[in-house]
Amino acid sequence: MSLLKRAVKTWLLTELLTGLMLTGKYLFKKKITVEYPEERTPLSPRFRGLHALRRYETGEERCIACKLCEVVCPALAILIESEERDDGTRRTTRYDIDMTKCIYCGLCQEACPVDAVVETQVFEYASETRGELYYTKDMLLEVGDRLEPQIAANIAADARYR
Amino acid sequence: MNWLDTGITAGIWALEILAIAVPVALGVAYITYFERRVIGWVQVRKGCNRVGWAGLLQPIADGLKLFMKETIIPTQANKILFVAAPILALTPALIAFAVVPFGETTLFGLWDTVHVMAIANLNVGVLYVMAISSLSVYGVLMAGWASNSKYTFLGAMRATCQMVSYEIAMGFSIVCVLMMSGSMNLNDIVHAQEGGIWHWYLIPLFPMFMVYFISGCAEVARTPFDLIETEELVSGYFTEYSGMWFATFSLAEYGAMILISLITSILFLGGWYAPLPILDFIPGTVWLLAKTSFLIFVFIWFRATFPRYRYDQMMRLGWKVFLPLTLIWLTVIGLAIYTPGLSDIINYWRPGA
Repeated sequence: MSLLKRAVKTWLLTELLTGLMLTGKYLFKKKITVEYPEERTPLSPRFRGLHALRRYETGEERCIACKLCEVVCPALAILIESEERDDGTRRTTRYDIDMTKCIYCGLCQEACPVDAVVETQVFEYASETRGELYYTKDMLLEVGDRLEPQIAANIAADARYR
Repeated sequence: MNWLDTGITAGIWALEILAIAVPVALGVAYITYFERRVIGWVQVRKGCNRVGWAGLLQPIADGLKLFMKETIIPTQANKILFVAAPILALTPALIAFAVVPFGETTLFGLWDTVHVMAIANLNVGVLYVMAISSLSVYGVLMAGWASNSKYTFLGAMRATCQMVSYEIAMGFSIVCVLMMSGSMNLNDIVHAQEGGIWHWYLIPLFPMFMVYFISGCAEVARTPFDLIETEELVSGYFTEYSGMWFATFSLAEYGAMILISLITSILFLGGWYAPLPILDFIPGTVWLLAKTSFLIFVFIWFRATFPRYRYDQMMRLGWKVFLPLTLIWLTVIGLAIYTPGLSDIINYWRPGA
């Protein structure tokens, strides 16, 4: 009996038809494609994209040149030089991040004691030359100034999980 | 016959050839587009919809890209054969269209008699199609050998084995059709199926229809049988080809797919006749193209559904399943024709008898 059943199944191509019906059903399903430049997927507040250097509300830069980020960076993408400023505080004279080296692990923002270096949700900063991906202190500060509201909101959103 | 008549005849032939070759080439281009869209839909994606309205210019862009690309001929290749192979693969795929009847017309009443819309209304049309479509194996074999590479050689060996073994099953299923219609003329075969879906050979020869269509899949190396151009062989016999020569091979392959769909519609699905006699007001060519398009869609549907056969499984299917099945059905039809009681039933589909 089972032999007969199997023979009928084989010769009527039932299994093949089942498969075709399944794919046929999917032909009419709603498509899940996200058409990127026009549509975007939501980003987590923890998204690790382009770096930024932040300032306090007074306009003073947060970074105190402790170099913890430089030490922790596994890709050696951060380069910091520091000097004493006229008012006696220690500040960076140079703070470079090489985006071609960076692996976006987020350890620099974890290490930072003053929340100075953060990774933003920006991920569209492709350039036509490698040199443009070498971000200097001024460029990083500019990113921070531009995106401060977003950065602050993301940190606030994530704060209760820390 | 004077020179003017000769010129006019040659001109009309050239026009007829263009009237078939150009739509076939365009059809191939848009089948690649349709294939990408349909497979995308089955995979819950949208498919290419960027170039032009709904992505309709995508095949044009692809073609332009292939035109611009450099044609690389490997240094160790046999240059003459390497260049000749794509031509030899494409030519049979195109010239087989010469005998395909696309319908019958009086050119909106301009002609007194009904003309068959085929370049050549050949009495041995079926034989011609069989003969020509087996020729394309030579192009494949030459491409694989002339490239002087292990992968192409293996791919060509597989392709040749596959095409040769499935040709036999196809041939026998066609023989069943010939026994019913009593003619090798494709035009007559269609005429024998006049009068609605219950007259089509699909009904008495349903197993043969399946065998023919599935063998057709194998013959043109479509998905369940596309192991001759798999990833593990780095796309098989045309690994070493690039640019326009590569495009020629895919043109030949998709052209053969159109041809198989057309011939299947003519042999089994009643050609240009409507499924119901009431629907005869729609022109026959539209019906034929609709049936062909549906079969092409089924080809693509197969590709989106089935995993690939292993080489030995494919050979097993061809030789141990299809060949006996076609022979058995051949015997059944033959016996039915000559058995007094059964012949009345079977003669329903044999208007010539």
